[in-house]
Amino acid sequence: MDFLNAFVALSNFVLIPAIAYGSQLALGALGVTLIYGILRFSNFAHGDTMAFGTMATVLITWWFQSMGISFGPLPTALLALPFGIAVCAALVLLTDRGIYRFYRRVKAKPIILVMASLGVMFIMNGLVRFIIGPDDQRFADGARFIVTAGEFKKMTGLSEGLALKSTQAITLVTAIVVVAALFWFLNKTRTGKSMRAYSDNEDLALLSGINPERVVMVTWLIVAGLATIAGVLYGLDKSFKPFTYFQLLLPIFASAIVGGLGNPLGAIAGGFVIAFSEVMVTYAWKKVAGYILPEAWAPDGLVQLMSTDYKFAVSFAILLIVLLFKPTGLFKGKSV
Amino acid sequence: MSTPNTPTARGGEGATALAGDTPFLIGEAMTGGYGKGPDILHDCTIAVNPGEIAVIVGPNGAGKSTAMKAVFGMLDLRAGHVRLDGEDITHLSPQERVRKGMGFVPQTSNIFTSMTVEENLEMGAFIRTDDIRETIEQVFDLFPILRDKRRQPAGELSGGQRQQVAVGRALMTKPKVLMLDEPTAGVSPIVMDELFDRIIEVSRTGLPILMVEQNARQALEIADKGYVLVQGANAFTGSGRDLLNDADVRKSFLGG
Amino acid sequence: MSTSLKTPLLFAVVAAMIVATGQLQSWNTALQILNFGLISAIMALGVNLQWGFAGLFNVGIMGFVALGGLATVIVSMPPTTDAWAAGGGRILLGLAMGAATIVAGILLWARLPRGRMRGLVVAAVLVLGFALFRTVFDGGVSAVEAVNPASTGYLGGLGLPILLAWPLGGVLAAGAAWIIGKTALGLRSDYLAIATLGIAEIIIAVMKNEDWLARGVKNVIGLPRPLPYEVDLQQDPGFAATASSLGLDPVTASTLYVKLGYSALFTVVLVILLILAQRALHSPWGRMMRAIRDNEVAAEAMGKDVTRRHLQIFILGSAVCGIAGAMMTTLDSQLTPGAYQPLRFTFLIWVMVIVGGSGNNLGSVLGGFLIWFLWVQVEPVGLWALELLTSGMAEDNALRMHLIDSAAHMRLLTMGIVLLLVLRFSPKGLLPEK
Repeated sequence: MDFLNAFVALSNFVLIPAIAYGSQLALGALGVTLIYGILRFSNFAHGDTMAFGTMATVLITWWFQSMGISFGPLPTALLALPFGIAVCAALVLLTDRGIYRFYRRVKAKPIILVMASLGVMFIMNGLVRFIIGPDDQRFADGARFIVTAGEFKKMTGLSEGLALKSTQAITLVTAIVVVAALFWFLNKTRTGKSMRAYSDNEDLALLSGINPERVVMVTWLIVAGLATIAGVLYGLDKSFKPFTYFQLLLPIFASAIVGGLGNPLGAIAGGFVIAFSEVMVTYAWKKVAGYILPEAWAPDGLVQLMSTDYKFAVSFAILLIVLLFKPTGLFKGKSV
Repeated sequence: MSTPNTPTARGGEGATALAGDTPFLIGEAMTGGYGKGPDILHDCTIAVNPGEIAVIVGPNGAGKSTAMKAVFGMLDLRAGHVRLDGEDITHLSPQERVRKGMGFVPQTSNIFTSMTVEENLEMGAFIRTDDIRETIEQVFDLFPILRDKRRQPAGELSGGQRQQVAVGRALMTKPKVLMLDEPTAGVSPIVMDELFDRIIEVSRTGLPILMVEQNARQALEIADKGYVLVQGANAFTGSGRDLLNDADVRKSFLGG
Repeated sequence: MSTSLKTPLLFAVVAAMIVATGQLQSWNTALQILNFGLISAIMALGVNLQWGFAGLFNVGIMGFVALGGLATVIVSMPPTTDAWAAGGGRILLGLAMGAATIVAGILLWARLPRGRMRGLVVAAVLVLGFALFRTVFDGGVSAVEAVNPASTGYLGGLGLPILLAWPLGGVLAAGAAWIIGKTALGLRSDYLAIATLGIAEIIIAVMKNEDWLARGVKNVIGLPRPLPYEVDLQQDPGFAATASSLGLDPVTASTLYVKLGYSALFTVVLVILLILAQRALHSPWGRMMRAIRDNEVAAEAMGKDVTRRHLQIFILGSAVCGIAGAMMTTLDSQLTPGAYQPLRFTFLIWVMVIVGGSGNNLGSVLGGFLIWFLWVQVEPVGLWALELLTSGMAEDNALRMHLIDSAAHMRLLTMGIVLLLVLRFSPKGLLPEK
């Protein structure tokens, strides 16, 4: 039995990747949940908003790289991020003006807004593919690792290596900063409180003189920021491919619903629940089991509950379970 | 039918008596309904004088809340006027009326349940740009229980406490007139008595109050002026005491 | 314009467009558009049942269509006897054990008294059952997939006529719809959308990865046909004689003959489903559905079991999509799971329903034809437009090359814009509900 090596293997293959992925999902789910809370519909275009913001960032990153601008050991994409957010925000505000605002005015049923978001999804998807193409794009630069598996083994003398990619560390740090800033904004500033008030009770918010158009605009700005950051972090960690971002919609929605739609805290918790389940269910536990179990019990197979091809099935299964047993989510969400 | 602009004596002596007063807020000869629906109010007049409490009572479906909402601009009037402190505000939106100094407490969903008591008050003062701490202290003085619960989500409070939050929220704009839509709906009789006490206290600060009440007898007891509505029109109007003593009113609305 | 005149007129326009394609491009293309138009019309009819009749938002049409495709393989391909001998029984046993585990879990959950024990017992049963299922199932799968993987490596089908796959496709889709409907109906409308989006992705994932079932991404090709093969027709002297008497060479005649044959088959299905849908729409059941759609609260107050009715129509609509899916795979005569894209199989159908006129069966049929026509023709037109636009630039201009390469993505953009424009300016569609 070798708990130390088992823990290192577990951290290397499960904990660290799941924390990074969970942070990315949490940021994505925060965007979905904010739109749901304020504009009261499920935004199907969110995955493609992420893709669009990331694309803008990627293009600016390439431009910076071509001019020789770099961010030292950090990826140049972080420098390009604010500009990417600005471009994404512009597009998102434009879609709100051109499309969603009309349905707000006529007080359309939420499902009509969902449909409109489908149309927006189409367009954003087309735009992204039109501009950057449907293929995989890599844009990460700077240092690849903080600690490599080899270094770790040399340092500790353990037989298991622990690699910490710089993108994973960046993801976690950025996510913490962004979430902290978001919660500070929502809980401490006048505008943030007015957003919560509007989400809580629209009529009373109007009565209190809160300007709904302003609340909606600020919400879109924040959502554009969250989506772009989530998309860029995911792209740095893995790679940028438009279709993958569309597919992220499912785990992101699952996260938001598991946590309780409309509840920001729930979105974060949901993101980690989904990420950990996905990674744990699709991880081959043979190695970890080999360290913990006595030799005679060591498993023959991979001890993998499900192949990685079914990772979406995991988020889906969790989603169904939550819908069956607790439709408002783990944290109390809005039941509009 | 009379011309829309003149208050009519139809339905009682009170409506004409009003002409002599100088009401602070008056909805005069209001006729209208929700959207394109049928008229609910018919030539209905509601007013409140400076420093007084005016109460709207009447049977279910008499249009009490509708009358108040009409005064607050939540439905389109086909005829009639609303005047605040002599100014015609008939065509202003509810939001604009809040800015003009009207405070309104809806009957339901009148607090932000997920926000703390203090945040509810802050949101009440959203249109103000000056320092609101003093007003918060005044509200806490009026409703001491809220000071203890200031950091609690308002949704966790009891029914009576929620109503206090709701009234407190409306007071945060430092309104010149306060409108309450059935503030005691759904609370126990003991809590109701306490709420009435609080309302009287608010009124003692000099703030005119217009309120709709289901509990006609208790409401008329604290009212300077009472309006009995029937089918969207003024049936009886007078001081609270007069109405309580009026045989007709007693027989039809107060159960003898 | 009165609707009674508008309907035939619009259909005539679409027919003229297809005929024009035949005249200007080729009759082959025109018939291909017609055949896929017929299938699209059926899919749109199914979605219209759900959305137009009941206001249910299904974003997983692709999954139900793919299940129909799977049905064709299960029904029509010859069984791989070696694979059955190697592990077929074991796979079936494994699946049965898996199903038994789930049923046991549900029954225990329902029967046991509330409390912590219940959760533990159910969890233990599920974990144990899953382990057993995997042990039995995995062995069978690897045995089956090892049998001649280059050409089979799967269980094969039942070797029955492929037309039987059409109803089976409907049944499979109905089964999936039942699972989704049971969980997501009765909740907020968005939840159904998300759940259907999820099930579609998972169905595709299963079809891509479970090689023993239908060869996964290795595809099943050469599905049997309900109609004769072109080569056989060409060698038939009688057919050649008839063709030449019509002034056609035998090769062209044979392809046209086969395509027309499909058109006839599909038309029969479409007409049957259309008649059924029309009768349903005007039956008391259809009226009740629309009453529920328009005011759920009132319908519920009148004692209608809204969730149950919704489940019914959701299953029916999905089954229609499954039938259409089976028909489409029959027409393709191959199953390629990698080809199922949500934009093509879910959202395009939505555009058809919305544009055609939700709540109107004929509208959906019209939308199916019209949008399919545009879907096929927008790409060449887009390419042409871009070439015209960039004709001033040099042949090797980077922007020009990029734009021309990206012409394929014009479709997404166009469909998105069409959907938004119709939703905004003509939400009732071309043929509004009466």
